[in-house]
Amino acid sequence: MTEALNELSEYVSLKLAQEVTSSEIMNGELIIQVRRDTICKVLTFLRDDANCLFKILMDVCGVDYPEREERFDVVYNMLSMQHNLRIRVKIKTDEDTPVPSVTDIFSTANWFERETWDLYGIYFDEHPDLRRIMTDYGFEGHPLRKDFPLTGYVELRYDDEQKRVVYEPVKLTQDMRNFDFLSPWEGLQGILPGDEKAEGNA
Amino acid sequence: MSENQIKNYNLNFGPQHPAAHGVLRLVLELDGEVVVRADPHIGLLHRGTEKLLENKTYLQGTPYFDRLDYVAPQNQEHAFCLAIEKLTAMEVPKRAQYIRVLFAEIGRIQNHIMNIGSYAMDVGAMTPFLWLFEEREVLYEFCERACGARMHMNYFRPGGVSADIPAGLTDDVRAWVERFPKVITDTETLLTENRIFRQRTVDIGEISLDDALDWGFSGPNLRGNGLAWDLRKSQPYDSYEEFDFDIPVGKGKNDCFTRYQLRMMEMRETLKIITQACDKLDACIGDPVKCVDNKYSPPKRDEMKSSMEALIHHFKLFTEGFKVPAGETYTAVEAPKGEFAVYLVADGSNKPYRCHIRAPGFAHLQALNFLSEGHMLADVVANIGSLDIVFGEIDR
Repeated sequence: MTEALNELSEYVSLKLAQEVTSSEIMNGELIIQVRRDTICKVLTFLRDDANCLFKILMDVCGVDYPEREERFDVVYNMLSMQHNLRIRVKIKTDEDTPVPSVTDIFSTANWFERETWDLYGIYFDEHPDLRRIMTDYGFEGHPLRKDFPLTGYVELRYDDEQKRVVYEPVKLTQDMRNFDFLSPWEGLQGILPGDEKAEGNA
Repeated sequence: MSENQIKNYNLNFGPQHPAAHGVLRLVLELDGEVVVRADPHIGLLHRGTEKLLENKTYLQGTPYFDRLDYVAPQNQEHAFCLAIEKLTAMEVPKRAQYIRVLFAEIGRIQNHIMNIGSYAMDVGAMTPFLWLFEEREVLYEFCERACGARMHMNYFRPGGVSADIPAGLTDDVRAWVERFPKVITDTETLLTENRIFRQRTVDIGEISLDDALDWGFSGPNLRGNGLAWDLRKSQPYDSYEEFDFDIPVGKGKNDCFTRYQLRMMEMRETLKIITQACDKLDACIGDPVKCVDNKYSPPKRDEMKSSMEALIHHFKLFTEGFKVPAGETYTAVEAPKGEFAVYLVADGSNKPYRCHIRAPGFAHLQALNFLSEGHMLADVVANIGSLDIVFGEIDR
């Protein structure tokens, strides 16, 4: 398995030298990082090349790393049944830069990209139908971003007087509790007072 | 005399329609009775599972997986536990693996029973639903005996299962396995040669292999095209390689009828696995059923009464949880509906940094427009039934 992945990794890096920026094998899974604007070319190659044949795009999703300059990862998980292998392709983007849509290559990407747009606000260029999919009609914000609170901003209830469902700002009877389980010993960054004595400097 | 132009008719199907299998709102554009466009609106059952998981410890996360595909909850937990075990390199004892196989397969039968029963009801047959649900009840009792909960088991844990199965369970399961094939046969006599059922399903919702791959199909829906792809065989997890079973595949075209037949055949294969799992379980009575490392799995109750260390372990596990080393994995299992996978990103803390859930139904439902185009309105219902859709996992 690992051998096949090593071979594949070398092969892909060789064939797509311009596109692939890095590749690694983690927990027996091959991850390649590619340049954002070349994603369509990379996925087409992976689908059609005889040594790859990743015919199924299993999954597309986003990951948010707010501390990074380009905060989002878009992750494509592909499966090759002929070779019994999986590959993960990743690209980076930020809030404003659109990502090329791969719906022309894999029809299944349609909803997955809609979901990623809905939950992360990653814009997919030339997507045929980029509507929200998971959240409510008229929802604002992108809930899976790390800066979106777990409780959300609005709650809804049925108003008996107006005879309809109304939105209201969320009211909590008890504040969200977030326990810090990091042990004080692990969380400590600097040296403790007195530690310098151990070095024999004092 | 010029022909009158008739505008296409828009029909709202659901979100509260018994044949929508949950909360599907389907906006149909109809030309007469022929479907021009089917636009599924999903998300009415969206509970933000992925967001919640990012705010719970790993151990608190497993119950959420029960509530995804609530028809076969065991298989979802299985994927999550396998992903955690992969990242932490936990060792799962053999007996725990067999128990998980046993219950994953019981989940598969529960799912197929639910699917065949309600699918038959959608196209007009009431009896299979009643007959099959009687058996489903028996399976829920097995679940209840193992963990105390009928539906949402929360039984699979990272490193094994929460508790050993009670004595005598395997015998009762075996007795049920003896009995169940007759129910399958009875159901087949009602449906397979039934003229109405055939008229409603044969040649309906046909899909070619290339299209099925393009739309990301998996599980029985893909095997209908004759492709023998089953993760239990090709990428075995939890000792599936030790079990002897076949993968039923479709011959010829992949239509609603083929997919029905495949599920029926799969149930028989699953019974083989269940019998073997029972035999293997009887051969290792008393072996541990969870990871022996108390950093990951709680100590025994009686140990806690006498051992301080066990008490500390227990307290730490159920407050802080365990930490998973930084890394990421895409771990998939062959759920009854297809490939169910968890893309788990860990950052070294006690909570997942990101946990994306790849639900098979999400990809399948997406192809509904493709399958229904040009069909009659009534065929949409047959298509939904044959795709095996449950909204818990689609909306997450």
